[in-house]
Amino acid sequence: METSSSSSSSSSSSSCMKWSCENGYQPHVLAVDDNLVDRKLVEKLLKNSSCKVTTAENGASALEFLGLLDEHNQHTNFEECSNRSKVNMIITDYCMPGMSGYELLKKIKRSSMMKEVPVVVVSSENVPTRINKCLEEGAEMFMLKPLKQSDVVKLKCHFMN
Amino acid sequence: MEVGLMQRQWVDYTKSLFLEDFLDSQFIELQKLQDEGNPDFIVEVVSLFFEDSERLLNDLTAAFDQPDVDFQKVDGHVHQLKGSSSSIGAQRVKNVCIAMRSFCEEQNIDGCLRCLQQLKQETCLVKNKLENLFRMEQQIMAAGGSIPSTELIF
Repeated sequence: METSSSSSSSSSSSSCMKWSCENGYQPHVLAVDDNLVDRKLVEKLLKNSSCKVTTAENGASALEFLGLLDEHNQHTNFEECSNRSKVNMIITDYCMPGMSGYELLKKIKRSSMMKEVPVVVVSSENVPTRINKCLEEGAEMFMLKPLKQSDVVKLKCHFMN
Repeated sequence: MEVGLMQRQWVDYTKSLFLEDFLDSQFIELQKLQDEGNPDFIVEVVSLFFEDSERLLNDLTAAFDQPDVDFQKVDGHVHQLKGSSSSIGAQRVKNVCIAMRSFCEEQNIDGCLRCLQQLKQETCLVKNKLENLFRMEQQIMAAGGSIPSTELIF
């Protein structure tokens, strides 16, 4: 798990982003992807948009960060509670070994604590049935990889204000 | 060598990389992400890619050395390599990955092995090309010049 903040404010001309920067608002995004290069890329894209980023390389790690690993565990620790309350958005890759992005999405949307947090699913493959089932399960958006800066600006405007 | 000449050589070299399909527009998107706060971003991502691809190519070679080839495992590795090559704009590498996935589906060992050989070649080629490009950029900057914007040269 890695968490990092951006050090400088973004120079994007989008008005909603300017507002966020002037108010010092740094949304915290949890980005889940098993691919090392893609994790580095999504982290940079998010930092360029003044987001704080935590990356996870698989679903289990993401759930652990959020304190959702054991659904029946009432005794999640302070750190996990605080992680949960700080996360403003989750971006997850669809194709991951072990727990897929779809399975992770389901677990998040079925948890009482995290179901309100927007989840965006990304994939390198444009498969309509895949897209539909993610949207039906409550994903706010499905996007194609590789992501561009304009995609992240859109996400920030829609879900992190 | 004077800066103007170095810059012109850089432009010609960059154009050739795109014309010969070594790189595609995703590489330009990567360049847009780099800023003064993180001037080594592209070099870092590209290095990550080559470390990762070396590991994946070794895993693929080992998978085909087995008496029974586990095509699901092979497909998993190729999927990873396809993803990361696509993310940095290494078009030729990505295209060979796409071809290899079809052969995997057909469980065609010969086809897969040909692709694996091609993957090793293409990865090596694009690595050399990018190393040359980065070296030219360092020389331009050391001479006090700046790197032209890739977007503007097309």
